[in-house]
Amino acid sequence: MDMLAGKVKTTQQTVNTAMNPTDALERPIRLTAQDVTVHYGAKQALHGISIDIPDRAVTSFIGPSGCGKSTFLRCINRMNDTIEGAKVGGTIKLDGEDIYAADLDVVELRARIGMVFQKPNPFPKSIYDNVAYGPRIHGLARSKSDLDEIVVSSLRKAGLFEEVKDRLNEPGTGLSGGQQQRLCIARAIAVGPEVILMDEPCSALDPIATAIIEELVDELRENYTIVIVTHSMQQAARVSQRTAFFHLGNLIEQGNTEDIFTNPVNKQTQDYIMGRIG
Amino acid sequence: MTSTTLDTAAERRKLVRAGLSRRHVGEKMFRFFGVVAIVLALGFVAILFADVLRKGIPAFTQSNIHLSVTFDPEALNVDPAPVREPGQSDAAFNAANLAWQRQVAMLNWNTVIEAALRNAAPQGFDIDSRQILSIVETDARHRVREVFVRDPSLLGQTVEVDLLASANADNWVKGNINRDLSDTQQQLSAPARALIDTFEENGTIRQGFAWSLLSNVDSRSAPASAGLLGALMGSLWMMLIVVVLAVPIGVGSAIYLEEFAPKSRLTDLIEVNINNLAAVPSIVFGLLGAAVFINWFRLPLSAPLAGGLVLTLMTLPTIIIATRAALKGVSPALRQAALGMGASRTQMVFHHVLPVTFPSILTATIIGVAQALGETAPLLLIGMNAFVAAVPGTPVEQATALPVQIYLWQGNENRNFFEARTSAAILVLLGFMITLNAIAIFLRSRLEKRA
Repeated sequence: MDMLAGKVKTTQQTVNTAMNPTDALERPIRLTAQDVTVHYGAKQALHGISIDIPDRAVTSFIGPSGCGKSTFLRCINRMNDTIEGAKVGGTIKLDGEDIYAADLDVVELRARIGMVFQKPNPFPKSIYDNVAYGPRIHGLARSKSDLDEIVVSSLRKAGLFEEVKDRLNEPGTGLSGGQQQRLCIARAIAVGPEVILMDEPCSALDPIATAIIEELVDELRENYTIVIVTHSMQQAARVSQRTAFFHLGNLIEQGNTEDIFTNPVNKQTQDYIMGRIG
Repeated sequence: MTSTTLDTAAERRKLVRAGLSRRHVGEKMFRFFGVVAIVLALGFVAILFADVLRKGIPAFTQSNIHLSVTFDPEALNVDPAPVREPGQSDAAFNAANLAWQRQVAMLNWNTVIEAALRNAAPQGFDIDSRQILSIVETDARHRVREVFVRDPSLLGQTVEVDLLASANADNWVKGNINRDLSDTQQQLSAPARALIDTFEENGTIRQGFAWSLLSNVDSRSAPASAGLLGALMGSLWMMLIVVVLAVPIGVGSAIYLEEFAPKSRLTDLIEVNINNLAAVPSIVFGLLGAAVFINWFRLPLSAPLAGGLVLTLMTLPTIIIATRAALKGVSPALRQAALGMGASRTQMVFHHVLPVTFPSILTATIIGVAQALGETAPLLLIGMNAFVAAVPGTPVEQATALPVQIYLWQGNENRNFFEARTSAAILVLLGFMITLNAIAIFLRSRLEKRA
């Protein structure tokens, strides 16, 4: 418990300064969205979103409920394809390649862009099988020992290995909420994605589990491009280098996290950050 | 200001309290009706089972007549059984053997049985031969002949044999016939009835487990030996066909409709039609089977193959609807997790969705198969109510089914004897069904443990 309390302390409620904010802008752009619109049937959910997402940094999407931040996130790995009646317009490019191109295989895309969901959703299988599932279906492991290695290193990267190493064959659904979410992160990492999308990953977790995940996100950005949707402005401030503010399906403002929180240009952004809307 | 809020608060409390007693009464009434409904339902089930058990259990015991049968050489004037000579071919030996068996079959075995019966009766008991032979079942001569064919060296010797008492004798022993009825209304003559009582006293007639019920096929000429083996095998063949066809086709179409088919007018129409099919009276499926499988495909009449196909058609909607409901119930989170990992739709379904729904699909299958097992009406229309006195070795041989056999026995004119047999057959059918369900439940619990 003391150890956990320490962890909470280290991620204080201040803007993350681990990386110079200007660094994030100077990093190469991994993802580019141009004028993205989404319709659910007759209802338009997104109105022309354009944003650049830098490599190996954390970009957070904030905004009140129903503002379209999750909808946009789900455009990036084409999860909206699975929703009946959803239509996506505009272009999204990963490394200059249009992900909505006709010849692009969505299965391959999702191997490159992993996703962590709002509610922890481990498969009802063992912890080992949860992490091994991605490498198995994508044929990433040549042998059993290869697979073992991927599983162990993914669990380590997700900071879960020490807690579960003695019960890898027990069901993943038996873990606590925070552990389940880290298992989902390990599962996403196991495929070796370039981008990890996180859709409010801490909204179902208690503060201590949240702190652990936030610390993990901070570590993961060394190697992965991370996009995180969050309800909590504090969380955005703590973990992200870039922040985009959404409101009513529009991208109102985007910029370095420090600038957005200390010096917002737009009145609506300012109101949201001050707690007047949302 | 304060006083008015206090007043309104008191007022409000009064209103709530006034409604409260009515709400409590409503709840009590609902509970009461619930209990009444459960008690009624359980009561009817209990009455049904009590009645079937009361009538059926006595049929599992049957009157046997223990006789010392002497293979009298005078009565059995037959050549010695052929012995295989050196150099004789298989065909020649078989032909000689069959010729001898034919000769044995032509003998009047009733004289042997009559002699044995008279031997067991008190000295000088006055009864004619037709009357005394009405005590044993008519298949007795076949049984005794079989003993002799198996061992021809018994000629001139005496063996102890258990024979079935006739259905009428069994009725008399069990008290299924009013003993006070006059001679003209009795099935058995007065001397025969007296002799049966004597036999019962001296232990010649004893009650034994009615193995014939399970090991014999149906019989009209020898009702006491009528059994369920043929119907049991017929039902088994049909269930095999239903499980082999209905489960993969039903689960497959449910998966396709639920997971892959584009939502369109056509799929909506298909869905409505499947739901309607589940409500179609089963006899309509019988008409369809007669028209399509028998008249068009020329499948053999009365065969478990045709019956199994008809029952498959009948079971399909049940399995499809239940499987679709199970698939619908799988949480979207699991699907998203799989898709988010880059699983294809097929992988999502077969790796994640299907394993989770497997217990429900198994339950649906049990219900469907149990329904098919008890179905009678469609089978009547494809000729499975024919009298078949053989065990079907293949699904294209003529057969009957357990529920149809129950229907046939229920209509048998020897009411006294067959009422009990019918109940016994119902018990066998229920046992068969419970066994199937137990297997499925065992499988399900094992799969659930593994998941």
